[in-house]
Amino acid sequence: MNGFSPAREAAGAPGPAAPPPGRWRRSGRDMLPPGRLSGPMPWMIAIMVGLTVLAAGSGLALRHIAVAAGGALGHGVSVQILEPRADLRQQQAAAVLAALKAEPGVLAARQVPEAELDALIAPWLGGENDPALLPSPALIDVTLDGPASASRLAALRAAAAGHAPQLEVDTQASWLAPVFGAIASLQWLAAGLVVLLGAALCAAVLLAVRTGLGNHRATLEIVHLLGGTDRQIARVFQRSIALDAALGGAVGLAGGAGALWLVGTRFGVLGAGLVSDGALAWPDWLALAGVPVAGVLLAMATARLTVLAALKKML
Amino acid sequence: MVSAPPQTGEIVHFDNVGLRYGSSDPEVLSDLGFSLYAGSFYFLTGASGAGKTSLLKLLYLSQRPTRGLVRLFGIDGVTLPRERLPGLRRRIGVVFQDCRLVPHLSAFDNVALPLRVAGVPESEVARPVADMLEWVGLAGRMQALPATLSGGEQQRVAIARAVIGRPELLVADEPTGNVDPEMAVKLLRLFEALNRLGTTVVVATHDVHLLHQVQDSLIMRLDRGRLADPTGALRYPPRRPGVGAP
Repeated sequence: MNGFSPAREAAGAPGPAAPPPGRWRRSGRDMLPPGRLSGPMPWMIAIMVGLTVLAAGSGLALRHIAVAAGGALGHGVSVQILEPRADLRQQQAAAVLAALKAEPGVLAARQVPEAELDALIAPWLGGENDPALLPSPALIDVTLDGPASASRLAALRAAAAGHAPQLEVDTQASWLAPVFGAIASLQWLAAGLVVLLGAALCAAVLLAVRTGLGNHRATLEIVHLLGGTDRQIARVFQRSIALDAALGGAVGLAGGAGALWLVGTRFGVLGAGLVSDGALAWPDWLALAGVPVAGVLLAMATARLTVLAALKKML
Repeated sequence: MVSAPPQTGEIVHFDNVGLRYGSSDPEVLSDLGFSLYAGSFYFLTGASGAGKTSLLKLLYLSQRPTRGLVRLFGIDGVTLPRERLPGLRRRIGVVFQDCRLVPHLSAFDNVALPLRVAGVPESEVARPVADMLEWVGLAGRMQALPATLSGGEQQRVAIARAVIGRPELLVADEPTGNVDPEMAVKLLRLFEALNRLGTTVVVATHDVHLLHQVQDSLIMRLDRGRLADPTGALRYPPRRPGVGAP
């Protein structure tokens, strides 16, 4: 399409000085007035991105805890010798320990010293437990070169059974199975929160875009009648919502990541094994930095689909 | 005797067209059948409520007919998928009765809108738009927003916007309603200039004085949604540019 210039057509005379290249340019970003969608939208997106970063960060920390605990305990086996007589129990423990060390795949085996056992049960039984009244089992801590599968557990039990008639062989992970279950539930909860927040972001964008379409219906009709396409109009909304989402996403990421870092340092000073295993590493921070990017893409896609669906109802 | 119109150069063809806005409403346009030919200049007249604006809406594809056939540039406008409408609309310039300028855009940007929508490079936009605004007497108001323009100035911006893309078909609904007689004639001259370049012009107007301002113009008269003379609705038989009236 060439611009029709009556002056040029009539006499070829030069017209008035043309203004500088228009603000509109090819992008068409001025098709709608400034501030068309903004309002509270960047702040809403900031809150949602912040909460998503918190939920995702918590999920990642829980995953680290589960992986670290599973790795440490998954190769461990506990053997309890339940002989009540102390001298016989010690003999059986020594024999079992020797038998276990001879088993293939056993990396290490040690008998937990009685003093250590007493210290472990002291919080429940008090510091002055009389072994004659309440004897403690002998405990052998075994570390395997691989996961403590049922078959390996059975092999260890068979090797030890000949030396101690009353014994129990358990994987160490089985003791913490309920804890792992709880951690897995929390991970699912975090994932669910991320999905819900994504859905809430879509809903907020959808409402904002519909309001924008309603407010500027007359302008959009004109653009349509001048030959504007649905995609051109959708691009205007996409660009606008992308700016809002980028601004809100940056603020939300800063807030969410800051809160995670603060909580991480608070837990870090506790020095407790499982808790400190949950510390976020740099790949985690990188993944969290992707949350606002995903938010921007999600918002743009929602805006585009909303505009295209709405414009289909217009001729 | 009115001779049959030539079949070549036909850019608009209506056949048995009817339009109603609600399923239970009466037809605002009934049994319209006519053709418009490339390079002709048409006035559309009729009393208020006769259906002029509705007919123009069918011409600039703001509305589809309830029944009948509407063909524009040889393309069936009734069944054309809406994805293909923009391409057809870019060949049509429209002057709306109520101007419909985009309120937050300056006069310059309003006139530039059709070119930018069509993807014309920015370097090729500024000069024609400035020329056009100068031609309609608004060289000094290029950056003015519509709200700061008088009714007549708004009308001129609307006309400039409609013709800037040098459309094949120009549809104008009461384009001189808000301007003084001198400017009305000047604007008609602009339409004539465009017409001489091959654009088919359809101007709906109440102003009978305008009808005599354009030589060789053809008149369509609507009466309560029907062409007053279906067999020879045009005062003169339609003709192609360069072909004399019989």
